[in-house]
Amino acid sequence: MWEYTDIVQEHFINPKNVGEIDGADGVGNVGSIACGDALRLTIKVDENQVITDAKFKTFGCASAIASSSMLTEMLKGMKLEEAKKLTNDDIAKALGGLPKEKMHCSVMGREALEAAIADYTGAILPMAQGEVVCECFGVTDLEIIRAVKENSLKSVEEITNFTKAGGGCGKCEGRLRELLAETVEGIQPQLVGAKKIKRMTSLEKIKKIEEVIEREIKPTLKKDGGDIQLIDVDGDFVTVSLRGSCAGCHSSRTTLKEYVEKKLREQVLESLIVEEDK
Amino acid sequence: MAGSTEKVIYMDNNATTRIAPEVLDAMMPYLTEYYGNPSSMHTFGGQVGQAIHQARQAIADLIGAVPDEIVFTSCGTESDSTAILSALQTFPEKNHVVTTRVEHPAVKNLCDNLEIFTGRKYHTTRLQVDADGTLDLQNFKDSLTDDTAIVSVMWANNETGVIFPVEAMAKIAKERGILFHTDAVQAVGKIPINLKETAIDFLSISGHKLHAPKGVGVLYVSKGTPFVPFLKGGHQEHGRRGGTENVASIIGLGKACELAAAHMAEENTRVRTLRDKLEKGLLTTIPKALLNGHPEQRLPNTANVSFEYVEGEAILLHMNQFNICASSGSACTSGSLEPSHVLRAMGVPFTAAHGSIRFSLSVYNTEEEVDFVLEKMPAIIAKLRAMSPFWEENK
Repeated sequence: MWEYTDIVQEHFINPKNVGEIDGADGVGNVGSIACGDALRLTIKVDENQVITDAKFKTFGCASAIASSSMLTEMLKGMKLEEAKKLTNDDIAKALGGLPKEKMHCSVMGREALEAAIADYTGAILPMAQGEVVCECFGVTDLEIIRAVKENSLKSVEEITNFTKAGGGCGKCEGRLRELLAETVEGIQPQLVGAKKIKRMTSLEKIKKIEEVIEREIKPTLKKDGGDIQLIDVDGDFVTVSLRGSCAGCHSSRTTLKEYVEKKLREQVLESLIVEEDK
Repeated sequence: MAGSTEKVIYMDNNATTRIAPEVLDAMMPYLTEYYGNPSSMHTFGGQVGQAIHQARQAIADLIGAVPDEIVFTSCGTESDSTAILSALQTFPEKNHVVTTRVEHPAVKNLCDNLEIFTGRKYHTTRLQVDADGTLDLQNFKDSLTDDTAIVSVMWANNETGVIFPVEAMAKIAKERGILFHTDAVQAVGKIPINLKETAIDFLSISGHKLHAPKGVGVLYVSKGTPFVPFLKGGHQEHGRRGGTENVASIIGLGKACELAAAHMAEENTRVRTLRDKLEKGLLTTIPKALLNGHPEQRLPNTANVSFEYVEGEAILLHMNQFNICASSGSACTSGSLEPSHVLRAMGVPFTAAHGSIRFSLSVYNTEEEVDFVLEKMPAIIAKLRAMSPFWEENK
């Protein structure tokens, strides 16, 4: 069980400012139902650039709800310029602290605030433009570097606690370590961002695997009277079913490992493990 | 936050159970005056050995085994590891393990690690389950190869309570000369088991799942099954598991098995009725609530219900305000950032997987408790949905 402070519990049980502002001046939507938490922040800004009202709707755990509630309380009456400087640590501190595994909830609060302010000012958020490092939760290198800098993070585990990156399949651990080392030493990390690689979520991974199977693997197997079908993708485990002359062929395992797995590793992800569903 | 043990409504019995008062009474003398070592050559220690023998008998009786087939361990996880690693050492030329996508981490992570840390010398087939969480026997048959050393399939799933046809599967495995292990920590004591009539080679039991203390388990090893010990050491358990016996807990487990045999009818009638009332009540009074797992082919005490568009930890903490204890398959409660692998294997959508709550009852639950839970749950879910950004557009 998590150890939550009395303030977290109070804001979770009796959250403030739940709802959506009609005709809001800024709306920030972050997170997704697949990721397990999501926050919609709406703000009202007056002619003096002061946030006069803030409301939230949150899908998530106790600390996500408490962080959202606290954020809206902090925002009300705050100048926009001040709000821009608000950090996730400010939210966590106001709550009397969060369990380290839950720091990402305060980060979500800050991200929603940035999105809402950007929506109001018409600015484009820079964070989403980086290269996706954690495919499971769609976290970019820019987001990670920022979290490391702002919170003086010292380990990959802390990066996961703050950004969720690395909390799924764990495949990006090496890249997180690199980013950490580069950022802590103050060296400008090597961004592959120039190539502008698209975010790859689990769904996109599945799509990509399907594509490679349909485009390359299937036609090759069919030449020998065989066939293949994708059954399931669970993390790095890809389950396929071999059909036609492949089924029952005594070298089907070699086909699976030496050909199918190799192809998928080359073209989708280096860490994939292909298994047969017989 | 409510922290007292008074008036706790405990519906988390698949996580752990209370020690039965009779069990504690049976254990106490072995924590106080009878502290001898059962291996000693004096009557003072020897009488402890006698008591262990009786406990072994009671456990064997509950599952239709003979005392020699009972090996005491420290927990279910040790029993699982012992069985699977024993089989792999028995057949060093074989490199294939068959299991399911929905095993407890005790088996799941062992198999994952076997693949990774042996440079993939071993490979594992993880049998898929359908939307109800059940297995396909033909699919299982087809998964067996000449390289298969062992099959490990749980008797009943801890999250959904779904029961697998392990007796039929063991028979099929035996015909192929393949060893069969079942993690039965959730099944033993809840449904009748008679191993005499099965081809099961190994079966794991965990004490604390059936009202005995934590820290004691059993591995059933069928007579004649080749066996390689996991903990090599002294001659305890006929050389099958080194280490001085956890005497008091073993005595407690013996007593718990006696009680389980006596309560078996109640578990399958009164507890089932309570569970059904709870489940039906939740599904009818709360919109967008879904049952996870096969409606019939299931343990009598378990109900796994998803409340869409809300998150499990938040639900649990609201329940905690009323001293109601249950579990969730949500990411936030697992500590892994991803929701339950069991629900994902069943294809439960994310909208529902994050909001799943498992209620698991025991003979100690009452109808008043069920009524209380049914009274509190609709408001909890409604409150959380009112603040969910996904509810308005999906209700």
